[in-house]
Amino acid sequence: MNELAFIVILLGALFTISALLVWVERRLLGHWQERYGPNRVGPGGILQSAADAIKLLAKEDWTPPFADKPVFILAPAVVLSAVLLSFAVVPFTPSLVVADLNIGLLFVFALSSLSAYSVVLAGWASNSKYALIGGLRGSAQMFSYEVFMGLSVMGVVMLAGSFRLRDIVEAQQDLWFCIPQLIGAGIFFIAALAETHRLPFDIPEAEAELVAGYHTEYSGMKFGMFFLGEYLGIVLMSSLIVILFFGGWQGPWLPPLVWFWLKTTVIITVFFLIRATLPRPRFDQLITFGWTVMLPATLLNLLVTAAVILTNRDVP
Amino acid sequence: MTGFFYLSASVAVLATVLFVLATNAIHALLNLIVSFLAIALILLLLGAPFAAALEVIIYAGAVMVLFVFVIMMLQVGPDAAEQERRWMGSRVWWAPAILALILVAEMGILVGTGAVTAESGPRRVGPEEVGLVLLGPYVLGVELASILLLPGILGAYYLGRRRREKP
Repeated sequence: MNELAFIVILLGALFTISALLVWVERRLLGHWQERYGPNRVGPGGILQSAADAIKLLAKEDWTPPFADKPVFILAPAVVLSAVLLSFAVVPFTPSLVVADLNIGLLFVFALSSLSAYSVVLAGWASNSKYALIGGLRGSAQMFSYEVFMGLSVMGVVMLAGSFRLRDIVEAQQDLWFCIPQLIGAGIFFIAALAETHRLPFDIPEAEAELVAGYHTEYSGMKFGMFFLGEYLGIVLMSSLIVILFFGGWQGPWLPPLVWFWLKTTVIITVFFLIRATLPRPRFDQLITFGWTVMLPATLLNLLVTAAVILTNRDVP
Repeated sequence: MTGFFYLSASVAVLATVLFVLATNAIHALLNLIVSFLAIALILLLLGAPFAAALEVIIYAGAVMVLFVFVIMMLQVGPDAAEQERRWMGSRVWWAPAILALILVAEMGILVGTGAVTAESGPRRVGPEEVGLVLLGPYVLGVELASILLLPGILGAYYLGRRRREKP
């Protein structure tokens, strides 16, 4: 029963945090761009997301007549459930984890490859040209960058000797993996930006050329689910970066959960800062960069890591 | 556990039947993905979490996304569904039905004679063990697979290379 309560609290906390993040991002962007951002609803505008949610819920839930109805409804549900399920294996503290699987990392990758379907299916089911182009770009981008994302953490897996996320955190007792795996951490961060399609990798939904990309035809709460899925994705990717490269809950003085929360917040802020600073590349540049720069760098990193581990191993 | 097995097994069978019967290509592929997910669940129940994760990552994730991607580019419309319906006459079912019956009969004999029972099922196998076996006794298979993949990559590079403009 205790576990069930934890799951309910976790889901509630995740929805609250991702709703708050929307407001935090808009305020921070405003601050960096010398303007205010939303500051009217509640103290400092903190209730802005609640107001937005009420607006989205009250809107007409419209399905275009030319859309493929079952797939159109399925697509936003896929992304939200995939991201929420991924949180099941994230260890917030040594004991605070829903399911401590021995294939934890692979579980996250499996679900993230399934969440690519929501982009593809939304683009196809909408049956309109902007959505289709957005869906095509999204799928090409996601399966290009998934390759490096998987490969870039294999160095961490080799150093920790386990796919279990708790083992990976415990292996960083003395040294955070961001130091021996500096290249891996950088590649994973870029791949995480691409997976959550944040700027500069938000080409599937580039509003200047594609209206809103794959979710052009969506409105009301179905659009809200895509939106929520994106912000939950940011939280998930930031927690993964903290777990894989920055020692998870480990740190002096403060309790583990506070450390985890602090580190994740810093990474999320970096995500927002990158959005505020970088321009969007052209689509073919993005894919070429992935296959010609990221892939060789990842493979080289993997090779060097394996060689170092082999030479330092105690010879039996 | 047995209940879960029968549940996911029936989901797999039902989804595969729907995959074969569907006239819309994307709907068919979605059913196939559901079938892969159900099979991954069965693998997990049998004590092979690593194989289950790979089933989802490679088959349900990577391979099927490519299929969906290609079908999206082909612009299948109502005409394609109509054509598919015409092809699905009663004549095309004979050969696959006979092949499937042979497999079912084989499985029935194996289960009936007690050669395969639920008790002789596999034990739990962790990811480390799979890795050691893959790069130990089965290293030849892994190398053969990589030899197969290398021409694929080279071929894709050759087809996708930028042709030099003629002066």
